[in-house]
Parts: sequence; C-alpha cells; structure tokens
Amino acid sequence: MSTHTDTTHGHGHDDHGHDHDSGHSPSTMKGYMTGFVLAVILTAIPFWVVMGHVFTSSATTASVVLGLAAVQIVVHMIYFLHMNARSEGGWNMLALIFTLVLVVITLTGSIWVMYHLNDNMMPGMMHDDAAAMKNMP
Amino acid sequence: MSDTHAIAANAAANPEKLQFWMTEDHHPENGTLLGFWLYLMSDCLIFATLFAVYGVLGRSYAGGPSGADLFELPLVAVNTAMLLLSSITYGFAVLEMQRNRKSQTLLWLAITGLFGAAFLGIELWEFSHLIHEGAGPGRSAFLSSFFTLVGTHGLHVTFGIIWLITLMVQVGKKGLIHENRRRLMCLSMFWHFLDVVWVGVFSFVYLMGVLK
Repeated sequence: MSTHTDTTHGHGHDDHGHDHDSGHSPSTMKGYMTGFVLAVILTAIPFWVVMGHVFTSSATTASVVLGLAAVQIVVHMIYFLHMNARSEGGWNMLALIFTLVLVVITLTGSIWVMYHLNDNMMPGMMHDDAAAMKNMP
Repeated sequence: MSDTHAIAANAAANPEKLQFWMTEDHHPENGTLLGFWLYLMSDCLIFATLFAVYGVLGRSYAGGPSGADLFELPLVAVNTAMLLLSSITYGFAVLEMQRNRKSQTLLWLAITGLFGAAFLGIELWEFSHLIHEGAGPGRSAFLSSFFTLVGTHGLHVTFGIIWLITLMVQVGKKGLIHENRRRLMCLSMFWHFLDVVWVGVFSFVYLMGVLK
C-alpha cells in the first residue's frame, strides 16, 4: 500500500476487523461532544448579543457575530469534519486552503468592487454626466 | 530483447514472485473521500459567490421591507438548533457504524433525517410566510439574493435527506458492508458541510440583517 494509507491506518483503532474502512482517523464520542458543546456556545452567544441588544454600536455587534462565526466554522471543521493536516496525506488541507483563498478573493473582491461602483453611480454624478452630454458639441 | 528473455527466464524460475498486475487496488482506499472533499470545496465556491451576491445586494431594499422588518430571530434560532442537533445525531450514527451495530446506526440516521425534515419544514413555512406578506423573491434585490442563497442551502438539505433515505434502505438491505460505510462517510461530510454553510447563513444573513 502507498505511504499515506499507512499514516492514516497507523492507529490500530478498529475492533471490527475492517482495516480499510473510513480512511479517516476514527470518530470518538468525546470529539463529537466537544464539538457539539462548543458549537452550541458559539451559536448562543451571537444570538444573545443580537437579540438582547448587548452592544449599542451595531458595528461592534457585527464584528462579534462574524468573529464567532469564523471560530464556529473552525470548530465544525475540526470536530465534525475531522480536518487535520494529515488526512488524505495532506491533500484535504491543501484543497481547503486553495478554496479558502478563492473564497476570500471572491468575497472581498466582489464587495469591494461593487461598493466602489455604487459610489461612482450616485445620482448626482449621473446628472453631471447628462449635463456634460448636453454641452457637448 | 535480452530484457524480455531475462523476464521470461525469471518467470519460469519463480512464477510465484513475478506479477504484472496489482494484487491490491492501486488507488488508496480513501480516494473516494478525497474526491468527495474536492466536490465539497467546489460547492463551497458556489456558496461563496452567493454570499458575495448577498453581500453586494443585501441592503438594496427598493423601498421594500428590510431584514429587520422580516426576520424572526427566535424561529431562526430554532432552525439552527434543528440543524446542529441533526449534525450531532449523524455523528452518533457514525459512531454506531464504527461499532458495527446496524439497527442503532439506522435509528440515529432516522433521527437525523427527522431533524433535517424539521429544519426544511420551518424554512419552507418561513418562505411561504414571506411570499404571503408580499416579500417574495421578486420584491427587491435584497429578497432575490436572500431567497437564492437560503434556497440553495435548503435545496442541498433536501437532497441530503433523499440521499439519507437511500442509504438507510441500502444499509437495511445489505447491512454495514464496506461500500455502505464509505457512502455513509461521504454523506457525513456532506451533512456537516451543510451545517458549516448554515453557520455563515445565520450569522451573515439573519443576525447581521436585523442590525440597523
């Protein structure tokens, strides 16, 4: 067998005789419960922050909500999707990092460009354009 | 020429050792899971573009209702709880699968399916409620992007439930054979991935949508 299967099967975990099952390191009750408790906490806090109007500034609330969402996504990745640098010989992590780069470019790029377009398309400016057109020979 | 002679001679000498085929599958066993992971990453890009669309258009109300007028956060909280509970019950199903207990696996899968169906039911009720209020996808750019993003997620959950039922029938008929274990692990990744996307939806769309 190739090298990466050796690394993932090196735990001697399986008590059911199938060595080639999941390819992932075995899921454990402890792992799932840790992930679940963390996810519940990380879900409850943003709902409480927004519904209880904890912060007066909505910018603070928004950054707390987004920050906790990012943390919760990492928690889900580690405890539910069993992400680590070793799974599938590192290819899982490589694909994830590549996707994250694309996601960041897509999100920040779209929002950045479109907000600038919105600013440049203000009604006042359109009016100026129309006036300039009239004055043109 | 001399090489082939040598090989032939070798083969004649010890026919046991010389093999021109692989006795084991060349692919690593987890090749399917890696491929499925790549599919999930491409799905992630679909959701990223839909999030970007919502990020751009999410405040273009066209004089219509805003998120603060429409979203009912207690309902969203219940919906989030449904999806999170379905994630942990799928985890229990995987644990039972690892212990080779077929009926318990099927039981946890059924519970997962029920939580998923509850999630879908609440979401469909919310959609019909919005459309009934005149806040359908045609009302404003905000609502178009909202229905597209949340609807795409709901569609994924729908197909996840169909897949879940299919696998329950398969496991019921054939038991926890190797192929079914692999399929259950793929669905596990799909299901948890949908929960990850939902974290983005309830944070970015619902919670930030009600802020002024």
